[in-house]
Amino acid sequence: MVGVGASGKIDRRDLARVLLEDRGGMLVVAGLGAPAWDITAVGDGPQNFPLWGGMGGAAMIGLGLAIAQPERQVLVLTGDGEMLMGVGSLATVAHQAPKNLAIVVQDNEHYGETGMQETATRHGTDLVKMAEGAGIRRTMLVTEPGQVAALKAAIHKGEGPFFAVVKIDPASKPLVLPPREGAILQARMREHLMGPAAHLA
Amino acid sequence: MAQHQVESAPDAAADWPDRIYDLLKQYNVRQVALVPDAGHSRLIKRCLADNTLRVVTLTTEEEGIALMQGAWLGGDRSILLMQSSGVGNCINMLSLSGIHRTPMPMIITMRGDYGEFNPAQIPMGQATQAVLEAMGTIVHRADAAEDVASTVEATLKLAFNTFRPTATLLGQRLLGAKTFGKD
Repeated sequence: MVGVGASGKIDRRDLARVLLEDRGGMLVVAGLGAPAWDITAVGDGPQNFPLWGGMGGAAMIGLGLAIAQPERQVLVLTGDGEMLMGVGSLATVAHQAPKNLAIVVQDNEHYGETGMQETATRHGTDLVKMAEGAGIRRTMLVTEPGQVAALKAAIHKGEGPFFAVVKIDPASKPLVLPPREGAILQARMREHLMGPAAHLA
Repeated sequence: MAQHQVESAPDAAADWPDRIYDLLKQYNVRQVALVPDAGHSRLIKRCLADNTLRVVTLTTEEEGIALMQGAWLGGDRSILLMQSSGVGNCINMLSLSGIHRTPMPMIITMRGDYGEFNPAQIPMGQATQAVLEAMGTIVHRADAAEDVASTVEATLKLAFNTFRPTATLLGQRLLGAKTFGKD
């Protein structure tokens, strides 16, 4: 079940939980800040790559990973501020057209980690249209909990690149922090994918 | 050099770009991220003609840093080709390499360097090496054709063996300076 917050918009933790339930082999890159805390709250592990920095780079990290692992579904879960900072990468993703890459923006229309300043999406910027304009053909705008099942199906369909914006409630959630040592975050996913040989590459 | 070309490009007979291509193959590079540069045009053509290399043309160079992060995360070796002006776009994103211990080799064609004509190229060209080093990159330069292959090989080895950002700067003395017909 996906609930809504005080604003009537989708609860971000419910969204993350439902998208990551029964995820199979899906790898997840989470943008810095709340998306990283969200995937960690659902459950931390080697298939997660929560970012502590590199703002604007989440989609491109997802692209590099999706190209390297074509048999794996890759989900980039990030915020509207992070996506806006790297919005040109949508053109790069469209050009490369990886079937196994999905990008889902949790859009609360604010910079949540820095005092809830409004982002451009609060004032009319439409990231779905920007993705479509960049050349990404499969997109979705999710505003109601009832759409989340279709969103999840689209992520797993393997007909990417897929891009979605989910309008979420702006309330902050309790911090659930992943490991802070970036070398561990990387090494554990590489070992998950390649076994101990990953550390001898 | 043809008048319609906006930027400097090496002599068509120079074969050092082919030696760089050979090294990319030898070191099993799979993803080649780039913002086009005239100085890299021959190497880019070789990469595009090779179906075992994935060429990723970027909208801005910092995308290439993030791509290299994702590539290594998934087990692919990668490289970033760009012009020196693009280094300025990469500064914060380069922190990913230090955070995660990710090999990030870069081959950078210099502008704002030896004999530059365009004043706008000077600030970033002169700051390129300092900016890279400030972000923890090991930087080598090649200013003569005979030094290119060994320098690029050192850059690849240092990146993939020691897990950090590394760069070869290909100097304008090697590439030639575009003069817009006013030399």
